[in-house]
Amino acid sequence: MNKVMKRTYSYAFLLPAAVIYLIIFILPTIMSFFFSLTRWTLFDWEFIGFDNFVTFFQEASLSIGFKNTFIYAVVTCLLKVVIGLLLGVLLTSKIRTRGYLRSVVFFPTLVSTIAVGIAFSMMMHPTLGLINKALEAIGIPAVDWLGNPDLALFSVALTDVWKGVGFATVIYIAGIMSIPEQYYEALQIDGGNAFQKFRHIIVPLSRSATNTVIIFAFIGGLRSFDLIWSMTRGGPGYATDVIASIIYKQYQAGFYGLATAGNVILFVFVALLAFPLNYFLTRKEVDL
Amino acid sequence: MKAKKAAFVASSLLIAGGLLTACGSDNNGGNASGTAAPTAENSASGSNNGGKKVKLTAMVGNATDTQNIAKALIAAFEKKYPNITVEIELSPGGTEGDNLAKTKLATGDMSDVFFYNSGSLLQALNPEQNLVDLTNEPFQANIEDSFKQAVTYNGKVYGAPTQSTGTGGWFYNKKIYSDLGLSVPKTWEELMANVKKISEADSGIAPIIGTYKDTWTSQLIFLSDYYNVQASAPNFAADYTANKAKYATTPSALRSFEKMQDIVGYLNKDYLATNLDAGLKMLVEGKGAHYPMLSMIIPTILQNTPDKIDDIGFFAQPGDNADQNGLTVWMPGAVYVYKNTPHLEEALQFVNFVGSVEGMEAIATVSKPTGPYVVKGAEMPEDTPQAVKDMLPYFENGKNAPALEFLSPVKGPSLENITIQVGSGQIDALKAAQDYDKDVEKQAKQLGLSGW
Repeated sequence: MNKVMKRTYSYAFLLPAAVIYLIIFILPTIMSFFFSLTRWTLFDWEFIGFDNFVTFFQEASLSIGFKNTFIYAVVTCLLKVVIGLLLGVLLTSKIRTRGYLRSVVFFPTLVSTIAVGIAFSMMMHPTLGLINKALEAIGIPAVDWLGNPDLALFSVALTDVWKGVGFATVIYIAGIMSIPEQYYEALQIDGGNAFQKFRHIIVPLSRSATNTVIIFAFIGGLRSFDLIWSMTRGGPGYATDVIASIIYKQYQAGFYGLATAGNVILFVFVALLAFPLNYFLTRKEVDL
Repeated sequence: MKAKKAAFVASSLLIAGGLLTACGSDNNGGNASGTAAPTAENSASGSNNGGKKVKLTAMVGNATDTQNIAKALIAAFEKKYPNITVEIELSPGGTEGDNLAKTKLATGDMSDVFFYNSGSLLQALNPEQNLVDLTNEPFQANIEDSFKQAVTYNGKVYGAPTQSTGTGGWFYNKKIYSDLGLSVPKTWEELMANVKKISEADSGIAPIIGTYKDTWTSQLIFLSDYYNVQASAPNFAADYTANKAKYATTPSALRSFEKMQDIVGYLNKDYLATNLDAGLKMLVEGKGAHYPMLSMIIPTILQNTPDKIDDIGFFAQPGDNADQNGLTVWMPGAVYVYKNTPHLEEALQFVNFVGSVEGMEAIATVSKPTGPYVVKGAEMPEDTPQAVKDMLPYFENGKNAPALEFLSPVKGPSLENITIQVGSGQIDALKAAQDYDKDVEKQAKQLGLSGW
């Protein structure tokens, strides 16, 4: 084996993965930047400069979409962090049936999002749904979960939290388990109580888990589409439209160039929020 | 410490990666198998084409009625031409079906013949490039001009009808009408008076059934009003296509949105969570009095509750003037031939069979007509439901007009969102008309129509 071979042969092993990545990821991404500048009918295309971006920003529902996307991402992210942390603490403590409860909490993550959406929209049906029937039984008047434009987005967000909190919990369990025993011993020697253990050991030392959860939940929230589409299709009217569902509607209507321009905008939007967030969070991480 | 943290990060990334790839492969798997299968079949049937059996493929939407029609047509066709078999490829209905058809045409993967909409949706398929011109096929001599108009692009005819015409208007429960002593309204005012009476009777009956869970159904009052629009503004379709007339500034067109505004508060309480099937059930069971809908639902009622069909009547959406009462008509969907089919001769035999009296008779065995046929000489069966017979006077007196989507390629994609906003009281009629004008402008620009 000569010197050049020695230095370069390892790249050959990377090649298969690199080719696949190039063909199904890099290439379409570059092409989408191009097609976002065209009027594209799938049969032919015509270069129209930035017209698609102008049209997309004039979209009546777009301002609602940006607002909803942001609210949705923040609400689901916060709830997943808070509930995930509490469940993580509970499921690392010495309780009976711990293994069973861990499976129960994680289970919703494994179910298809569309199935969850359909099931919950049935349960949230204003007159026939399980939730309202249960509320009526204890004397609380029926709520129109998905029909009330002011409430619908939060109903979907809660469903998202139900489905996604298991994932956050698993990350927290891993994070809390990796906190070394010595810290707890030190706390015991100093005579600290359970709340102090939570406040001064678990929360700061599971910081890397918190960051992982925030990043995943926040980016997931910004891109969320399947659950919203299966539950409300962005409705009633535009009340639960997010950027992704607005893009999908353009695609459905056959405006392929316009939909691609929307995706480029979403890409930039997510990148602008996610990179600074990631930088800000990882800067504050402590080494164990 | 470091090692533990690294292991933790690595394992959480692994879990996340696993979840993401699982989702990804799910989606792709579905598409890949859907598109790969037909190519294999095409090449297989192409190779053994030496006077032996020929296999045609036909892409058909997955709605029950559409499937029944396609199967009945194919069975009758195969009986007449024993050397040809036709195999159905399923397509999802609605906008997903539209995109599948466009993708298949663009990638050269389309079935030999396919069932698809007529009117504005056909225009987006780029017929000159993708479809076989059927203008000079023998069956065209027998087709009504009103239908030809809906499958014509740049002066060439591309389709054969796959059902009778349909209509849009108001279904009503006759029992409720006779219990409350109501009569069929001839003006919008009379209709709203009936609605009010039912509402005041306070019997738990919804005056109007709304099924906005299936979002497209929210457009029906708006779309069925087109007869009234053109009665007052005869050039509306042409002016609208040429960007000269707008909904917000044409009074008779704005009325269509105002009518949507009038029904606010008279719908069943759960109208946003009710779907089409549940709405039909409410209508036949007498839990709702009126249902603004397309007559294409009649075969479904016949299939689900055949004993209740005689309780259901139909009237056209009334205008402001009783003398001007007329019906808005929907043209049937059509079957088209893919330009690059390797079996052109057999495919043409198939469309000629579909667009014949024989073809319509085959369809009638499984799906009752929802209006008059567009094939000359095709008769309605005697057991046609009363709700359809209620429509015939409008045809005999010439009091009908095609819906706007069969006269103009311009139709805004957000219409159903806008009609839901008006119907649920979120915005008023004028705002809706302005929003819709903007939506339409976007569509026309995306289609590259001249004058926009």
